[in-house]
This record gives sequence, C-alpha cells and structure tokens, in this order.
Amino acid sequence: MGSVIAFWILAALVVGSAVGLVVRRNPIHGALFLVVNLGGVAALYLMMHAEFLAAAQVIVYAGAIAVLFVFAIMVLIPGREETGPDPLRAQRWLAVPLGGFLALEIALVLRSTVFTTPRRPATVAGGVEAVGRLLFTDYLFPFEVTSFLLLAALIGVMALTKRKA
Amino acid sequence: MVPESHYVALSAVLFVIGVVGVLIRRNPLVIFMAIELMLNAANLALVAFGQRHGTAQGQALVFFVMCVAAAEVAVGLAIIVSIFRMRRRLSVDELSLMRW
Repeated sequence: MGSVIAFWILAALVVGSAVGLVVRRNPIHGALFLVVNLGGVAALYLMMHAEFLAAAQVIVYAGAIAVLFVFAIMVLIPGREETGPDPLRAQRWLAVPLGGFLALEIALVLRSTVFTTPRRPATVAGGVEAVGRLLFTDYLFPFEVTSFLLLAALIGVMALTKRKA
Repeated sequence: MVPESHYVALSAVLFVIGVVGVLIRRNPLVIFMAIELMLNAANLALVAFGQRHGTAQGQALVFFVMCVAAAEVAVGLAIIVSIFRMRRRLSVDELSLMRW
C-alpha cells in the first residue's frame, strides 16, 4: 500500500516537472525542472530495486548533465530568444494534437502487446551484483566500446569549442 | 507492490511530453532538455521490462544509454555554444543553412 502511494506521488512529481520544463519560457527554470524530473526517475528506479541505476542517475544525470546545461545557459545569456514573431505559429499549434495522437498510438500498442503478455517471475535478483556480472561477461565488448565513445566525445568537445588564437 | 505496467504507462506519458516539447519550443537548449526527457522515459520503460522478465538485462542496457546520453549532451552543447558564437542568436528556425 505504501509503495502504491509513493508511486503516485512520484508520478505526479515527474509528470509535473516535465510539463514545467516544456511550458516555462526561461531555460534556467527548465533546467531546474529537469533536475527534479531526473531525481524523481531515480526514486522510481529505487522502487523497482535498480539501486545501481538510481545512483548512476543521480551522479550522471542530475549531477553532471544538469550542471552542463546550467553552464551552457549561463554562457549563452538567455532571456531574449523566443520573444520575436513566430514564423511557424500554425505548425506549432498542430504539435499538441499530434502529441495526443502519439499518446493514443502508444496506448493502443501497449494494450495489445505489453499488458497482455504473462508476467514471468523474477529468477535473478536485479541488484548491483547481477548488473555488474552482466556488464563484465555478456556485455564486456560494448562496455569497452563505451570508454572509446566517451574519449571521442571528450576530444570532440575540446575541438569544437576551442577559440582560434 | 506496483505492477510494471504502471511504470511503462508513466514512461509513455513522459515520452509524449518530451515529443511535444521538441515540437513547440524554439530554443535549442530547451529542445535538448526535452530530448533528455525522452531518453529518460525510454530508460524507465527498459528497467520496467527487465523487471517484468526477471532479468538484469534491461538495467545493463540502461547503463549504456546513460553513457551515450552523457556523450551526446557534451557534444550537443558544444555545437550549440559554437553556433551561438557564430550568429549571436539562438533560435532553431533561423538555422536553415543545411536545408535545401
């Protein structure tokens, strides 16, 4: 019973912050809403007994990525964009019904497949140990490739943002 | 105990909000944050699916998605910053240089 109440509170928090991110004009408010959203999702991971992912979510997303966004917003001096006349106003109003249409479509697909397949009982504990064992056995090669990806991103960002002397 | 279908439904709602955010906003930074929202929704669904099938495979997959998202955010923000340096304005409607 307690977990059901916690789920609904977290769901309201996550959906509310997502709507806030989309609706608010000021990007810095959007970044703060994003932090709330990512924290809420981390708590949902904890409720699904994915402890490792909850920790990684807080460190990587709510820590590193949110700080990056705030830094970028500070560098870019926001506040003036999205104020002038909107050349695509009609198309933008079309976005909301299209979003509703997408939601309907996803709901239909979920109803016909996911919600009807029988639930298999948990045979493996989903804790840190199981994830680590998977990462270092079945997924060892992708895990090593990940390091290369991060290195490429690091060097690419430095090359992109370096000022010509 | 909350059934996994609730988590999947929540992730679908989050994904749709992210899509609408990408469609209605003009600031590339906010569009980028909405993309993060969609990635997060997909992660939530992956964890729920893995839980439903009783394996940790979904969690391993989410780990890789997080790594890719971190790299993507760094490169994307660098591109946005360098575009801003070049044009001093920040609106996706003006960035039609590569459109025929």
